[in-house]
Amino acid sequence: MSTDSVLTPPPALETRGIEVSFRGRGASTTARAVDGVDLALGRGEIVALVGESGCGKTTLARTILGLQKSTAGEVLVDGEPLTSSSKALKAYRRRVQLVLQDPTGALNPRHTVYEAVAEGLRIHGLVEAEEKRVAQALSLAGLRPAERFFLRYPHELSGGQRQRVVIAGALALEPDIIVADEPVSSLDASVRGEILALLLRLREELGLSLLVVTHDLGLAWNIADRVAVMYLGRIVEQGPTEELLRDPKHPYTRALLSVVPETERLEPVVLTGEPPDPTRIPTGCRFHPRCPVVASGEATRLGIEEACRGTALPVLAASGPHAAACHLPGSTTT
Amino acid sequence: MALLEMRDVSVTYRSGGLDVPAVRGVTLSVDAGQTLGIAGESGCGKSTLTSTILRMQPKSANVTGEVLVGGKDVTTMKWGKVRALRWAQASMVFQGAMHALNPVQKVGAQIAEPILLHDKKATKPAADKRVGELLELVGLPARRADAYPHQLSGGQKQRVMIAMALACGPQLVIADEPTTALDVMVQAQVLDLMASLVKELGLAMVLISHDLSVLSTSCDRVAVMYAGQIVEEGPATQVFDSPAHPYSGALAGAFPRIGDERFRYAPTGLPGDPPFPGELPDGCAFHPRCPRAFDRCTRESPVLLQLTQPGADRRASCHLAEVRA
Repeated sequence: MSTDSVLTPPPALETRGIEVSFRGRGASTTARAVDGVDLALGRGEIVALVGESGCGKTTLARTILGLQKSTAGEVLVDGEPLTSSSKALKAYRRRVQLVLQDPTGALNPRHTVYEAVAEGLRIHGLVEAEEKRVAQALSLAGLRPAERFFLRYPHELSGGQRQRVVIAGALALEPDIIVADEPVSSLDASVRGEILALLLRLREELGLSLLVVTHDLGLAWNIADRVAVMYLGRIVEQGPTEELLRDPKHPYTRALLSVVPETERLEPVVLTGEPPDPTRIPTGCRFHPRCPVVASGEATRLGIEEACRGTALPVLAASGPHAAACHLPGSTTT
Repeated sequence: MALLEMRDVSVTYRSGGLDVPAVRGVTLSVDAGQTLGIAGESGCGKSTLTSTILRMQPKSANVTGEVLVGGKDVTTMKWGKVRALRWAQASMVFQGAMHALNPVQKVGAQIAEPILLHDKKATKPAADKRVGELLELVGLPARRADAYPHQLSGGQKQRVMIAMALACGPQLVIADEPTTALDVMVQAQVLDLMASLVKELGLAMVLISHDLSVLSTSCDRVAVMYAGQIVEEGPATQVFDSPAHPYSGALAGAFPRIGDERFRYAPTGLPGDPPFPGELPDGCAFHPRCPRAFDRCTRESPVLLQLTQPGADRRASCHLAEVRA
């Protein structure tokens, strides 16, 4: 499809026009949870997918993992489209591992650490040198000496140690890509930095690519190379972390950034209301009913209000320079 | 006047023939119209400490010291008085709004329950009217009283929890991790709401969180707890921006300042785990994890003292802090 793939290697993972809809109760209601997303994760790259609850970020992550069927679009691995045959999916899932938010919920309380980490190996038939693989994964995840943790149960571990066990379970299968859904949001402040440092180290030592799904912009500043901001099923802004977080273009990103307690240079813009309903996506720019630029009348002054309310925006390119899906002038660098 | 005053409060759990000190000599106070933040990791004693305000600590806990709510000591009060104090004078917004609500009861009925229990003369219609007012006070339409918890989003449930805490018009509200499970935007909405309630109703608020950055923007003062003791206390922004105790420093550093090059690709945490309250180390309880510990820290436990910094109303317990002896 792309001729330039000869020159540059394809990204480790790419989505093209992914759409996921769920049928509602009524025959006519359809929730478009993911509504056309192009996203790329380069080799050894860390991308943060940022958004509020209900924006579709977890559905997108599940689709990438093949846990959710997309209604349209495709997922490409190393440039090859992923097929939904169970054999292809199984091989794929060994390469792409998931780390979940709540380590206490993710671990079976009646399984020892050894069993938790070995489970994936057994599922994938990697029975050879199981003990060595488990020990290696545990020490990679920072649980050393690994043997001391083999027979421990989750309740005997601290929150940070549990999350390390979950990460070890993912590492045991020697994946190329890890998708982490809110990996630190349920952890203590002191543990948070430790786990993030671990993720950075894994990228360095193993060359892993990481897609981190989060609502935490501080996390993105800590570890991500690129950030994609998702709102109501679409990526509304994406770009290199420094540019995007230092000079956010989309009013939604600006609002998100302004309410992070650690940023003082912005006047807080607290958006009212909850994220809107994916069964009723607004016309025009999907953010316009909550957009402070429209509400303040600035859009009218700039002569873009009509466009904000009526003209839909194109899907943003998966990678490349910093760009926002917004009618404000200067949103895309073309 | 201080609405809440804790004087040298200690809580010891009796567990398996052992005395486990969860809180060790905490002195604090909160005035009306003021918000006090309590920061610390899981297991530092912050929830145990605040449970004594409503005398909710388990039976196995032995509380010493004084906990004065509106000038009356809760620890020695008769049970009837404690029951009257709960909800009406001091109330609590519990952790995890997701699970603290009864899933099979409409939220309106849950908010009305304390009203009907505390005011024997209250009628059902009057309580319903009050529920409507409370919901509007926390930014929800009154008709949401008919909703079941599963019909509400996380932020809406947290608002219901706050409405419930305000049902009997208390002067003191304790909120235990009120925004931990929420998104940044919803968190900002809930914190804004609580700040406006403190201002409008003249409440005294105690906010418990492990996130020092949240406390720094929403509290007047912050107390940082470690191993059952306050290790630093002072104006919220000062504690966050220039912590005097290495532990406060570690908590503050855990949340990066976005745009600050020092945090880029450099997440900072604190290695190790807090000590088990039954096996506290000698000297300063923090010394095994402290990046700046020296000889004296292993032998001698520091005392919480006023900082010498001119004009500052701050206390810290560290051998490295410049304190007034």
